Amino acid sequence: MKRQTLENPSDTSLSRVDGAVKVTGRATYSAEYAVPELVHAVLVTSTIAKGSITTIESREAEAVPGVLAVISHLNAITVPGWPPKKQPAERMPVGTAFRVFYDPLIYFDGQPVAMVVAGTREQAVHAASLVRVTYQKETHQTHFEKNIHQSGIAQNVQRSKNSPFQDYERGDAGALANADVKIEAEYTIPTQHHQPLEPHAIIAIWEAEDKLTVYDKNQGVKSAQGQLAQAFKVPRENVQVVATYIGGAFGSGIRVWPHTMAAVMAAKQLKRPVKLVLGREQMFTSVGYRPYNKQKISIGAGKDGRLAGIIHEGTGQTSMYEEHLERTVLASRALYASPHVATRYRLLPLDVGTPTWMRGPGDATGTFALESAMDELAYALKMDPLEFRLKNYAESDPERNLPWSAKSLRECYELGAEKIGWKNRLREPRSVKRNGMLLGYGMASSLYGFHRHPSKARAVMHADGSVTVQSATMDIGPGTGTAMMRIVSKVLGLNAKKIRFELGHSALPDAPGQNGSSTIPSVGSAVHAACEALKGKLIGLAREMPRGTGQEWSGVVRNGQVLGSGDDKEGISYADILKHHHLNELEVTEESKSGAERDQYSMYSFGCHFVEVEVDPLTCEVRVTRVVTCADVGAIINYKTARSQSIGGIVGGIGMALMEHSAMDHRFGRYVTTDFAGYHIPVNADVPPIEVYYIDKPDMQANPIGSKGLGEIAIVGVAGAIANAVFHATGKRVRELPITPEKLI
Amino acid sequence: MDTDHDAIPPDAPDEDRRFFLKQSMFIAGLSMAPADFLQTAQALEDAPTGNAVKVRLSLTINGKRRRISIDPRMTLLDLLRENLGLTGTKKGCDFGQCGACTVHIDGRRTLSCLTFAVMQHGAKVTTIEGLSEGEKLHPLQEAFIKHDGFQCGYCTPGQVMSGVACIREGHAGSAEEVREYMSGNLCRCGAYPNIVDAILEVKKEGSKV
Repeated sequence: MKRQTLENPSDTSLSRVDGAVKVTGRATYSAEYAVPELVHAVLVTSTIAKGSITTIESREAEAVPGVLAVISHLNAITVPGWPPKKQPAERMPVGTAFRVFYDPLIYFDGQPVAMVVAGTREQAVHAASLVRVTYQKETHQTHFEKNIHQSGIAQNVQRSKNSPFQDYERGDAGALANADVKIEAEYTIPTQHHQPLEPHAIIAIWEAEDKLTVYDKNQGVKSAQGQLAQAFKVPRENVQVVATYIGGAFGSGIRVWPHTMAAVMAAKQLKRPVKLVLGREQMFTSVGYRPYNKQKISIGAGKDGRLAGIIHEGTGQTSMYEEHLERTVLASRALYASPHVATRYRLLPLDVGTPTWMRGPGDATGTFALESAMDELAYALKMDPLEFRLKNYAESDPERNLPWSAKSLRECYELGAEKIGWKNRLREPRSVKRNGMLLGYGMASSLYGFHRHPSKARAVMHADGSVTVQSATMDIGPGTGTAMMRIVSKVLGLNAKKIRFELGHSALPDAPGQNGSSTIPSVGSAVHAACEALKGKLIGLAREMPRGTGQEWSGVVRNGQVLGSGDDKEGISYADILKHHHLNELEVTEESKSGAERDQYSMYSFGCHFVEVEVDPLTCEVRVTRVVTCADVGAIINYKTARSQSIGGIVGGIGMALMEHSAMDHRFGRYVTTDFAGYHIPVNADVPPIEVYYIDKPDMQANPIGSKGLGEIAIVGVAGAIANAVFHATGKRVRELPITPEKLI
Repeated sequence: MDTDHDAIPPDAPDEDRRFFLKQSMFIAGLSMAPADFLQTAQALEDAPTGNAVKVRLSLTINGKRRRISIDPRMTLLDLLRENLGLTGTKKGCDFGQCGACTVHIDGRRTLSCLTFAVMQHGAKVTTIEGLSEGEKLHPLQEAFIKHDGFQCGYCTPGQVMSGVACIREGHAGSAEEVREYMSGNLCRCGAYPNIVDAILEVKKEGSKV
């Protein structure tokens, strides 16, 4: 078991390949491309949550010097890929993506209703303040708690028998009813927003009538390319999407959002490149959010600590026009060896924008409830919470009855417990003080399903023996290029200085978007395959070359050379191989995807978090004072950047547990927390030392590089671990996030 | 762009300052002026920008003096990013709440999104582009790379500018102190512990910052 630290001399991690450009401010993000003739757009958004626009008074705005247009449903161009407009306008059927400037109907507060385009940002901002919109208001429903009785099974799930969101049951329901110890509790998580530090932004340029280039903040250039090509009915290759540097996203960039369409429409209409940068307040209504959700768990066990059954029900918020589904209740099927498990998942449509995936979607919320309930039950059983989990350790997948491809969660528990000093913890809640503060320790397990999508990578060996590897993958922050260079370096035996990795452009070979912790498993495998193929070609070419008597070129590469076999180890460099064969370049493109192994094994990443908190007995302020996190995600590709990703997940979990809450004023159906003063995310002083450990054992069933995803599992379970530590410190069980002081008084 | 940003020789007379004072009094007067006067005033000036006149000012950015004619509504942040192509300074919130736009004005860390450019006549502004000389990185930039003090990189220029000031101010004495004095710079990727390590290391090594 490797226990690397950054200070460990054996750590061969690469520093971020884009480190120098990022620390000097030379990395170019979407809004920062210098484009001639660029004009600036500012959105005007709705001030009602439901109804329709009656008038848009834009003359005053249009009269502002520099203003080129005020665009709305009254004058926007027709998007060829959208259905013809109906007169009078009809509300979209469920399952329809929102179409900006399409008709006068309002579906949520903050919906774009008009857009001012002007020569400068100042002109556009001022003119946007002069646009007057009147509405025919209708009664809106935005209150989750008051409307939860309206929730139901998603239409999409009703139609699809194999949907994982179908009701699920295994084992004998009577087992739970007859369990020695039972608890039943409700858990609530309010709406939370991604709020990456870079606001979403786009520069849209129509190079010709049917040729579009966009610099757009998103998490998948290929998917954005496809969606834009479809909407504007132009050949796919005529649309290029560039997103080389992305200032964080956490899920907010998975879709093509209305503001992106608005900028592309305006650029077409005005025949000018258009830049649109969302304001921070618009980031609360324009790019999705983690949906408000409520869960109920009934869980019981025998006196021996063996689970009898779990019933996990969850309801999530969605919009009136789309069904956003999350894995909220799914963790309960696979995490523990419970003989009886039932899950039910419902949606509640409200007059709000559609939610989207936010880091650890479903699982981060679901494990808050499950891991809190496991903790409650452990206390009810008078058992140690860790011992209780070990007693119900799932040796194989209890949901699919398949062996795990790999699982070292037990080792994670052991390592984490040792590092935090779990055995010294007194079980009794509210029993220890340190410097006048109530001290508590909590833990939680985490898991995240394995996702691998078909991916391609191209590897090009140049005449000087350096290599360029390309794939249309993304880097929203984890350090994709750095990790890929590690893979290239290992396969080709090349120093990182001789490797270039290109990503974030739709002209590159197909790759999935960066989501679901799938980048390393998918694209990493493709890069591995491309480099293996390139290596094979180089060895083949070497073997065609003359060699001393009785000597052969080996199949081994090192230091940019194919080594000789036998006693004579002297090698021949890649550059010399290409030179001998009169090649300027040697290029291969490979695709990599899952095979039959997905039906033979159940694949997950696993992990656990141990948290120490201090709670002020007077003010009830909670401070996380120490975190130990341990993950089993197969092979760790680049320790330094992986560690940062784990730390980032913990920080996100601290926000989720203690502060993040998008509050809405339901009289208007409007968020009132629309900046960082209202919507709190962790600041430096909120974050304690975080210790990160990996089991680092390759899972060779999962893919050729033996590595599973890390991005999501880093946050899954964190909120539960903190809530459990708060209970241990205070004796108070908080089941509604965030855990703010008033809930502890 | 409407910006005129010729470099002013360092030995230029101080008439820019007098010009600015005259003009700023003029602007202050405008805010209380009746509409007809406003129109006349606009006609007297350069090309109007929306409802406002343009203002000339001169300031030193990264050691280079610049004479600029701008919309008075323009923040220093937008001046840097939109008119001068200095996009290293980032816009995170535009409300002074995230620190991504941190620059040094006369040596002091300042939020450029809360600073109107016209208020900086005669000021010395240092942005991330001017922190290091040539290709050689500032010790804190090196330390950010070594300690992986960032992920997406968007808050990073602000963190670095703030971190340098934090050390210069004498607020990098301990991890607790750094965490407190760096809490005006948000990082959604959660690189905080690495940022603290980077700042403490530079402070400890006593490098010139």
